[in-house]
Amino acid sequence: MRSNMDMMIEVQDLTKYYGPTLAISRLSFEVAQGEIVGFLGPNGAGKTTTLKILSGFLSPSGGTARINGRDCVTESLEVRHSLGYLPETVPLYTDLTVSQFLRFAARAKGVEAQKGNGELSRVMDACGLGEVQHKLIASLSKGFRQRVGLAQALINNPPVLILDEPTIGLDPSQIVEIRQLIKELAGAHTVILSSHILPEVSQLCQRVIIINRGQIVASDTPENLSRQLGHGSRVRLTVCGPEGEVVEALQKIPQVREVAGEGENRYLVVAANDLDVRPQLARLVVERGWELLELKAQEFTLEEVFLDLVTEEEVTEKES
Amino acid sequence: MKNLGNFTAVLRKELAVYFATPIFYVTGFCFLLLGGYFFYSNTLYYTLISFQAAQNPQLASYLNPLQMVFRPLFATLGVVLLLLVPLLTMRLLAEEKKAGTAELLFTYPLTDWAIILGKFLAALLVYAIFLAFTFVYPVAFGTLARLDWASLGACYLGMVLLGGACLALGLFTSSLTENQIIAAVTAFALLLLFWIIGWQQEIGAPGWKGVFAALSMMDHFDGFVRGVIDSRDLVYYLSFIFFFLFLTKRQLESRRWRA
Repeated sequence: MRSNMDMMIEVQDLTKYYGPTLAISRLSFEVAQGEIVGFLGPNGAGKTTTLKILSGFLSPSGGTARINGRDCVTESLEVRHSLGYLPETVPLYTDLTVSQFLRFAARAKGVEAQKGNGELSRVMDACGLGEVQHKLIASLSKGFRQRVGLAQALINNPPVLILDEPTIGLDPSQIVEIRQLIKELAGAHTVILSSHILPEVSQLCQRVIIINRGQIVASDTPENLSRQLGHGSRVRLTVCGPEGEVVEALQKIPQVREVAGEGENRYLVVAANDLDVRPQLARLVVERGWELLELKAQEFTLEEVFLDLVTEEEVTEKES
Repeated sequence: MKNLGNFTAVLRKELAVYFATPIFYVTGFCFLLLGGYFFYSNTLYYTLISFQAAQNPQLASYLNPLQMVFRPLFATLGVVLLLLVPLLTMRLLAEEKKAGTAELLFTYPLTDWAIILGKFLAALLVYAIFLAFTFVYPVAFGTLARLDWASLGACYLGMVLLGGACLALGLFTSSLTENQIIAAVTAFALLLLFWIIGWQQEIGAPGWKGVFAALSMMDHFDGFVRGVIDSRDLVYYLSFIFFFLFLTKRQLESRRWRA
């Protein structure tokens, strides 16, 4: 039974113990059809464990995970049919050539023999593997291995893709390529990817789930997360004028909560309650006869939000 | 055993890996080197006896190439199998776990039986290739002397079944660990145990005699090399193979529950 037709991935109260160690604790989230969701968290937060359960490689200690309306444990085979999975360490059969390995993946996923060659050249084109197809995987560079891993996940065009750290270990130009590839998958595929690189997630994903110590700390669009959790808005300001006076004057504006001088006439102004204080700041500077060189709203980066969330949680935990 | 589906995918992949790695060539070479040596020395011995029989008509009536050349040859090759089979099987599942490729294999839409059967049949096929090369010996011998080909067929059936049993056990020990050497050593120890367990009969453990004899690989192999196909021996080897494949299946199932 499908509880919700639009939800491709439904996770409820998912819990996993490794022996006595709790890896994830009552995780619940949903991913809609065609969505790209980023799974974000420090190392050891439980990202990989969650993805391994979704892929059917591990069984949960409690709770349920459903993909395309089917249970990842009791209907594992059906789930695996609709799934492309890139494991974290990109394990590959190093004794085989790229095309031998991809052919195996195609056969294992039940791609019919007649369609096999077409499917193989499709994924090899998509991942730029044409030139290395007859090379042994053992002789490939890290970047190419990552692409082979991605290629095997894409074989048979599965509706759901689970990518564990898809861009780790790649050089900058390869990262751009792989990100572009993942972006192109959106819409037709539901993608869940994990990462600890924040800009990557904010670029790629429509929604971010932040997880720490096996629990979800936040789940929203990257923009909303920056806004909500920033505790007010910030403005970067560059003013030619005596530093002490400038700081003092800025602090007198009622909506301004904090002013920090950063040297070389630059100041960071934090306003309370998400108010836009730029008009007031501009007026003040002009009235005082200083020169306004720069005035720019500064959003909180995902890094800051992330650190904020993670440390906040640790503080509340200590208090209780 | 429903839904064996695409076990041929696993079978083909395993064969590709066998042919791409030196293990196949080295074990094959050793198997045939030893086989060739035993065949040569047995034939030499048979020739000597034949010359003596020329002067002794009574001895001549005992002369039988199958009994004097091929029976000891296959009995010795059976022992060689105990040593070589663990080398063929140690990689099968242990390496998947060690290299992490298990994560790919077990998340492809393959049933556990498809994986086990694919791997087992690949190893069996590789072994059958080795065995096929030994067919050169009887063919060469057949040009010089008359051979009972039906009895020889029984010998080969025995070799295939014995090999299958050893491979099934090896596959099981490979599923227990991610260390190939541990998989090989365990397989060798268990195979040796199953081979020599029949010796207990002579030492005499009363009441257990029958049990040990029934479990012994060697006792059940002996019929085939004598040219006799006994249904008890067939049942022994087939159930031995199924039992260890079944244990492997159980081992794979338990993997999901323990981290």
